[in-house]
Amino acid sequence: MTASNSNSVLKTESLKIGYRKKNKVNLIAKDINIDINPGELVAVIGVNGAGKSTLLKTLSGILQSIDGEVFISNNKLSKTDPSDLAKNISMVLTEQLLSKNLSVIELVALGRQPYTNWIGRLTKNDLKKIMHAIQLVNIEDIKNKKCHELSDGQFQKVLIARALAQDTPLIILDEPTTHLDLYHKAYVLKLLQKLSKETNKAILFASHEINLALQLCDKLIILKDKKALFGNPQELVKTRAFNDLFPGNLIHFDQESSSFKIK
Amino acid sequence: MLNQRKYTFSIILLFLAVILTGLFNISLGSVNIPISEVISSLLGLEVEKDTWKYIIVNYRLPKAITAIITGSGLAVSGLLMQTLFRNPLAGPYVLGLSSGASLGVAIVFMGASVFGASFAVILLSKWSLVIASSLGSLLVLFAVILASIRLRDTMAILIIGLMFASLTAAIVSVLAYFSPASQLQQYVFWSYGSLGDLSWDEVGILSLFWIVGILISIGSIKNLNSLLLGEQYARSLGTNIKKNRFAIIIATSLLAGSITAFAGPIAFVGLAVPHLIRQIIPSANHITLVPAVIFGGAILMLLCDIIAQIPGSEYSLPINAITSLIGAPVVIWLLVRKRKFNF
Repeated sequence: MTASNSNSVLKTESLKIGYRKKNKVNLIAKDINIDINPGELVAVIGVNGAGKSTLLKTLSGILQSIDGEVFISNNKLSKTDPSDLAKNISMVLTEQLLSKNLSVIELVALGRQPYTNWIGRLTKNDLKKIMHAIQLVNIEDIKNKKCHELSDGQFQKVLIARALAQDTPLIILDEPTTHLDLYHKAYVLKLLQKLSKETNKAILFASHEINLALQLCDKLIILKDKKALFGNPQELVKTRAFNDLFPGNLIHFDQESSSFKIK
Repeated sequence: MLNQRKYTFSIILLFLAVILTGLFNISLGSVNIPISEVISSLLGLEVEKDTWKYIIVNYRLPKAITAIITGSGLAVSGLLMQTLFRNPLAGPYVLGLSSGASLGVAIVFMGASVFGASFAVILLSKWSLVIASSLGSLLVLFAVILASIRLRDTMAILIIGLMFASLTAAIVSVLAYFSPASQLQQYVFWSYGSLGDLSWDEVGILSLFWIVGILISIGSIKNLNSLLLGEQYARSLGTNIKKNRFAIIIATSLLAGSITAFAGPIAFVGLAVPHLIRQIIPSANHITLVPAVIFGGAILMLLCDIIAQIPGSEYSLPINAITSLIGAPVVIWLLVRKRKFNF
């Protein structure tokens, strides 16, 4: 696969992430080399404070990197202007919305903003993309409801539909499964897997659901000891990358079943 | 956006209501003029009595236009502030603009006793009032803009605006403490607000500020909608947060600053009208809200002005008291009746 480099959606070269405070640098992780291709579902995992959100913020351009380079569709992230970036990366965040008084369809329609004119007029093509996004996540039945009438699980699907309507080669989700029960966690992650295959979009998400991610993802990014390990789940299991993920010996990784167990 | 067609009808109704209340506003007063005569006069046709025409052209019409500008301008600033600060309690006053204007005016009225008599002679003319209150709001505006450039957090700007408000209020009360009753009274009268004292020249200047402020607001509609998702989402949609925030603050300052300068610190309208409109039109989309709030603000102000005149009598009440006397019960009634707070 010599051409794999040219259609990479997201690539980093010896990326260092962290926070700058005046002259001091608070390094979160270094040596991050990842390469994500269209149609791949990738999870970022790590303990609390390992830097999952910092990584996602850096990859999406919210936060500046300490060193190294991020490439979005083979263009340097640092040289991409915000309106172009909005056509390349869409996001599902944990941030609270200002208004849940929007209807589902209105919220999904906001995903078309990077493409609309100065006052936000939707063209026929925009409407088509909005309807398509709504069908993909299967929320036609609630499309005219107001967002404050939805359950957490439904609302998460709506946010995913909004990101789909933005029609970007890469979708980044920050902990899309928090506040959901086990069934809905599995449902949302399964939905992401389905979407990545059906739309050929790369989907990157941070999650604490390691067991689910191991079963569903094409690749994983493990953040531990200020470093990032990147590879497909089988490889990572073989190299025993999970064995010392958590401190102490409360939980251990069972090589055979590829899952975490309580001792 | 979608589903907006069903609100187009409501907006047209609101617009017609503006025209209707405008006609009533011009028709009613210490001398009642028949609506038909008002219409002929406005269309430049023959009017039964020349005095009517004189009253309409020189008093009632500029007053009605001032009411429309004041109501719509303050209401739009309120809407912009509520979305920008993600806070249903926000209004034009939260940036400290009205307080800045009040400080300017307080210095003009009451500064004489503190700074000496010659000071008063220079300053006590009608234009000096306008200039002083504009300078006051501008001063606060620059402080807020400086803060907004330095600060990344919108909430911090809100706090700074409120701090400026109490700071200027404190200076005003110190001035008031040292002022003789007559000067204090002048200040108090200004603070009641007034729509009727404007000449056509002044209405012209006020309209200029209003047009610029309204145009910036309309240009911000798309970005205001993206802010409904929160700042991070807005950024991910390609919105330039700082530029957008700057535009919104400028629009609000132009509107609230110029209106306070010419019509006094009119409270309540900026805060209440967006909530009234949201109860009537349950949409969060600014493409609906901005025009609805413009018309709603104009209607409320025209109605309040009619009541303040007490039609058929010689007396008139302070407009600032009427806006709250009428507006507050309406907001309470709507909230209680619908049992739901749309924001």
